[in-house]
Amino acid sequence: MTRTLWDSTVGKKTVMAVSGIVMLLYLVAHMIGNLKIFFGPDEINHYARWLRTMGEPVLRYEWGLWILRVVLVTAVIAHGVCAYQLSRRDIKARPSKYVHSKPRASYATRTMRWGGVILALFVVWHILDLTTGTVHSGGYQHLHPYQNIIDTFSTWYGDVIYIVAVLAMGLHVQHGFWSAAQTLGAGSRTRDRVLKTVGNVLAALLTAGFISVPVGVMTGLVS
Amino acid sequence: MSTSHEYIQYETGEPVADTKAPAGDVHERWDKRRFEAKLVNPANRRGHTVIVVGTGLAGGSAGATLAEQGYHVVQFCYQDSPRRAHSIAAQGGINAAKNYRNDGDSVHRLFYDTVKGGDFRSRESNVHRLAQISVEIIDQCVAQGVPFAREYGGLLDTRSFGGVQVSRTFYARGQTGQQLLLGAYQALSRQIAAGNVELHPRTEMLDLIVVDGKARGIVARDLITGKIDTYFADAVVLASGGYGNVFYLSTNAMNSNATAAWRAHRRGAYFANPCFTQIHPTCIPRTGDHQSKLTLMSESLRNDGRIWVPRAKGDDRPPHQIPEDERDYYLERIYPSFGNLVPRDIASRAAKNVCDEGRGVGPGGQGVYLDFADAIKRMGRKAVEAKYGNLFDMYQRITDEDPYQVPMRIYPAVHYTMGGLWVDYDLQTTIPGLFAIGEANFSDHGANRLGASALMQGLADGYFVLPATINDYLARHPHEEPVTAEHPVAAEAVRETEDRLARLLAVDGDRTPDSFHRELGELMWEFCGMSRTDEGLRKALDRIPQIRDEFWRRIKVPGTGEEFNQSLEKANRIVDYLELAELMCLDALHRAESCGGHFREESQTPDGEAARRDDAFSYVAAWEFTGTGTSPVLHKEDLVFEYVHPTQRSYA
Amino acid sequence: MKLTLRVWRQKNADAEGAMSTYEVDGISKDMSFLEMLDTLNEELILKGEDPVAFDHDCREGICGACSLVINGDAHGPERTTTCQLHMRSFEDGDTIDIEPWRAAAFPVVKDLVVDRSAFDRIIQAGGYITAPTGAAPEAHSTPVPKADADYSFEHAECIGCGACVAACPNGAAMLFTSAKINHLNVLPQGAPERETRVLDMVAQMDEEGFGGCTLTGECATACPKGIPLFSITGMNKEWLRANRKVSR
Repeated sequence: MTRTLWDSTVGKKTVMAVSGIVMLLYLVAHMIGNLKIFFGPDEINHYARWLRTMGEPVLRYEWGLWILRVVLVTAVIAHGVCAYQLSRRDIKARPSKYVHSKPRASYATRTMRWGGVILALFVVWHILDLTTGTVHSGGYQHLHPYQNIIDTFSTWYGDVIYIVAVLAMGLHVQHGFWSAAQTLGAGSRTRDRVLKTVGNVLAALLTAGFISVPVGVMTGLVS
Repeated sequence: MSTSHEYIQYETGEPVADTKAPAGDVHERWDKRRFEAKLVNPANRRGHTVIVVGTGLAGGSAGATLAEQGYHVVQFCYQDSPRRAHSIAAQGGINAAKNYRNDGDSVHRLFYDTVKGGDFRSRESNVHRLAQISVEIIDQCVAQGVPFAREYGGLLDTRSFGGVQVSRTFYARGQTGQQLLLGAYQALSRQIAAGNVELHPRTEMLDLIVVDGKARGIVARDLITGKIDTYFADAVVLASGGYGNVFYLSTNAMNSNATAAWRAHRRGAYFANPCFTQIHPTCIPRTGDHQSKLTLMSESLRNDGRIWVPRAKGDDRPPHQIPEDERDYYLERIYPSFGNLVPRDIASRAAKNVCDEGRGVGPGGQGVYLDFADAIKRMGRKAVEAKYGNLFDMYQRITDEDPYQVPMRIYPAVHYTMGGLWVDYDLQTTIPGLFAIGEANFSDHGANRLGASALMQGLADGYFVLPATINDYLARHPHEEPVTAEHPVAAEAVRETEDRLARLLAVDGDRTPDSFHRELGELMWEFCGMSRTDEGLRKALDRIPQIRDEFWRRIKVPGTGEEFNQSLEKANRIVDYLELAELMCLDALHRAESCGGHFREESQTPDGEAARRDDAFSYVAAWEFTGTGTSPVLHKEDLVFEYVHPTQRSYA
Repeated sequence: MKLTLRVWRQKNADAEGAMSTYEVDGISKDMSFLEMLDTLNEELILKGEDPVAFDHDCREGICGACSLVINGDAHGPERTTTCQLHMRSFEDGDTIDIEPWRAAAFPVVKDLVVDRSAFDRIIQAGGYITAPTGAAPEAHSTPVPKADADYSFEHAECIGCGACVAACPNGAAMLFTSAKINHLNVLPQGAPERETRVLDMVAQMDEEGFGGCTLTGECATACPKGIPLFSITGMNKEWLRANRKVSR
């Protein structure tokens, strides 16, 4: 087959849609995990340990987590590479701008590209901060997410970076979910309202869920 | 300015006859002709090149079909894409004698209606063939994916059109022409991709190359670079449409023109019945001098809309304030059995008459009401919307009036030309190897075309008739000596074309091409429009050479010939209009009878209906060119009616 | 009405272009936008200047030739073609910017005229049903459900003007391509070529250098014929389906 998914703009969009949905599902799970912080250190620290033992005894220690990480990294790379290639193509397809131009598409739609770049940069910082502890502000303790999170959100820049990124994520999901549905051919005139609503609700829930953690720390609800 | 009243005269030459139509039963003539026609061995077809000029319904379908048969087709259109040919603007529908409604339709009835509708000035053989082929066209178009309107059972829907009492018009909302054209365009595209058609878009034919009496090629100008080139073939097919733009204001596209046909006429092809022009009754009235074209509202509106004017002269109350008994539904009154669905020529003239009486409505009193209030009451607004929604929207966009609330205002406008290059039953002109199809020829509509018959004729010619008959010509003229650009005839044709364009550019006068076109158009509309008189036509014939003379002294064309130059294109087309207009008036003057779209005030019945004079004018007038401003020669082709006996048309 | 026009002037495909300013007076509200440009051109010709080149033909909104970006909107402020836009949509004293369609796949020919032959090549790649003349079965042999016929028609209305490409920030031809695919693929007559049609047309669309879809919806907003954005969704669905079928 010469016409692989990869050769076509429509194919690349499909890759973006599928990888986007993988990441979206991950975000939902991640948010649920995060919310455990409101039930105290034991709850969330236990959850962190479970992440490493899940799938046992079929899987060995941390295998499940690594499989997840590989899937996620693959999705991120596929999503990013496609986005980069398509963007280059799009810019080339419209080499000269209109003298009289006006933005019309929604803010979420127009910020997909730069929003995506912000998210990618955030993910790097986020991993270095809370997974490897490389740039962590306090003394990073492996398998003690409760304290690590409190450390991060006790700095003003930690809060700012995180909240900005979550808002970017919300916008990205709002357009991205609906857009993925169209790319995968799931949209239709009758289904449009449902899809838009699901996208908006997902975006709102994820944004609220993620932001509640730094807010919790800042307000002293979590300490 | 000249004060002489010398106008062009004509001479009468030998009669012309259609030698290709077989004798015998009219039902069997087409089969007979196809059987007698020689065939070209499929293996030899690649070696034959056919030039097709135009990509509308006729040209597009012919190009695709000839290529499917194996010929090498070289096709031209002035538009940037074949899909934009003006057939696309046809709204209402296409006739076919399918009798799906079981309402008494048949091939014979379509044949009868068309001969009668054409006011007995068309050939029985041709019209019968058209009626026979009509049913195949629908099959062909459905197979191509043309999304005709359908009923809930999934079968095709039909509606009625003017001049007939059966429901045989197939349609795709108000965009039937568009959908049929896209079908032909897609078939053509398939052949372009297959390498069987070589397409030259934005390339305009400016002359015909005739070598040893046979059409062997064309001179054409690349509209982007301005380069003038020659193209050669074994046969040339003109599918370049009609000449309604002589009138400046018409429903034709802005760039539709008569140059290809007129240049062929100058090279020896007879031009038939040029005075037979159709004025369409339902167009949006003009709003001012800036008007560049007129927009048609589909005749299908007359199915449910009622046409009326106030009973009293100068009644300028708004329409809803005029009570029912002070309205004159004049078509229903004069023609009770056909009512609002009388043929176009009759509806147009009736509108002109009531306006001339001072009962017209709207600015300048040049309009009549087309009222849907009763239809909305009867069918509900939703049903009216579904049927005519896009037409109503278009009307509202142009006039800024809501036709659901206020009756539409309509007025007749030039729409179609029944006249055209004379062709025989094989659609071949008087130049061997030159064929004319669709509106470019004169053949099937006589003096008046019925609604939804133009699409039928264009596609019949292109899909079925020409591909069958051109075989015969090509088989009889196998592989003649190739003609090249170096051939003296070709070189001379190029030189003449280049000279003409150079002259246009060199005048550098003080009037724009449009100003001349508008002046000519107004003259033609006044004297050679909806109603014509001996005196008026003489005035026009006197005036046209003066305009022509002034044109060559005062025209201003900016730019050069070696670039994209729309003013040059326009001016060059006007050169030909200025000659064609004269022939139209001369033809109208010589035909001292009223028939179809040609109404001579001297020839009418006491109650103002057109009076045809079969004793003197039952013939096709085929004109031979002798030179600009010199007397053309009239060749008559007598019309014989064996099946439909000429009677005074009655739609009362 | 008196108006100031700022018009893109470009001598030919290779020349540099720029906006030029013109004043027009005596414009009537009933004029179409193109008639307003006719007025300007008449004046330019008499002044010995080069008139503004623009594509136009039927002037009744169906041929798809006219193609102006007016104040940043393809076909101007109303949802219609430029030829059906009337001057009553503007105010006396307005300044109006007029530019050509802008896309890499639509190079400028002169002034406001662009080359849209890429659209023709997309159709040539598969935007047809193979039905050689004479081979057609009786029209009623295959009934088409009304809903399918209506869906097909809705997409078949596309006039190929290119406003979708002009409006798309990515210069994408998704709406044009999808309209033809949906028109033909829903019909039983279009079924035999259903898969190759969508695969070949999408491949040609990419080949022509059009951008990809980011579902901004600008195409459907600009479309004078109201081809819906779901048309693109339908094409994506057909494309994925075709890939599954063909690789089977």
